[in-house]
Amino acid sequence: MSQSLLTMTETAVRLALAMVGLALFLTFVRLVRGPTLPDRVVALDLMGVLAVGMIAAYAVATNQPVLLDPATVLALVGFLGTVAFAGYLERRGRDE
Amino acid sequence: MSEQVSAALLLIGAFFMLLAGLGVLRLPDLFMRLQAATKASTLGVGCMLLAAAVHFQGLAVTTRTTLVIAFFCVTAPVGAHMIARAAYAAGVPLWEGTIVDELRERRRASRDPAPGRTADSPPPVEDREPA
Repeated sequence: MSQSLLTMTETAVRLALAMVGLALFLTFVRLVRGPTLPDRVVALDLMGVLAVGMIAAYAVATNQPVLLDPATVLALVGFLGTVAFAGYLERRGRDE
Repeated sequence: MSEQVSAALLLIGAFFMLLAGLGVLRLPDLFMRLQAATKASTLGVGCMLLAAAVHFQGLAVTTRTTLVIAFFCVTAPVGAHMIARAAYAAGVPLWEGTIVDELRERRRASRDPAPGRTADSPPPVEDREPA
């Protein structure tokens, strides 16, 4: 890279992406480890939310507001997934 | 000016997301993890989307980000409640240091009323809340 200094936005975006990436990794550890199925559902739900934040940061980084549309869709789908998992958990708990 | 605000909001949001990830990994039982995941991540994603809105400064982007933030504020508690309810009904264990479990007392009270009741168990629901 030729330029020596990053602008303030670039620095903030890089830091933010690193932090969200670390959060994603921690959540993924819980997803793999999670002793019960609800733990994994919570981790998966959080990963969806973290992905929305990551997309927002990436939209700022690349100066592309179009990228916020996938974030919207991801938020919607993530909620549907959570509701579906919760319904499944409820049914499974009653059958046992 | 807007550049500083956007950068600060990005960093604050990312910090709260990191807190959410840390809480989900480190807290001792499902319900604590759930509250960390729900509240911290809602605040984090709200801050980051606000940062995007401040950065782009257009009506279209602001509308979209506001919609997503409002959507998260509405759906995150609903989803968390559904998961917690299902997990509690399925018998996910609470942390061994838990002191109060009002839901269990309530359920026990409503399931087997007067005859099996001991002196220290709480009164049934009907006694506490007159209709």
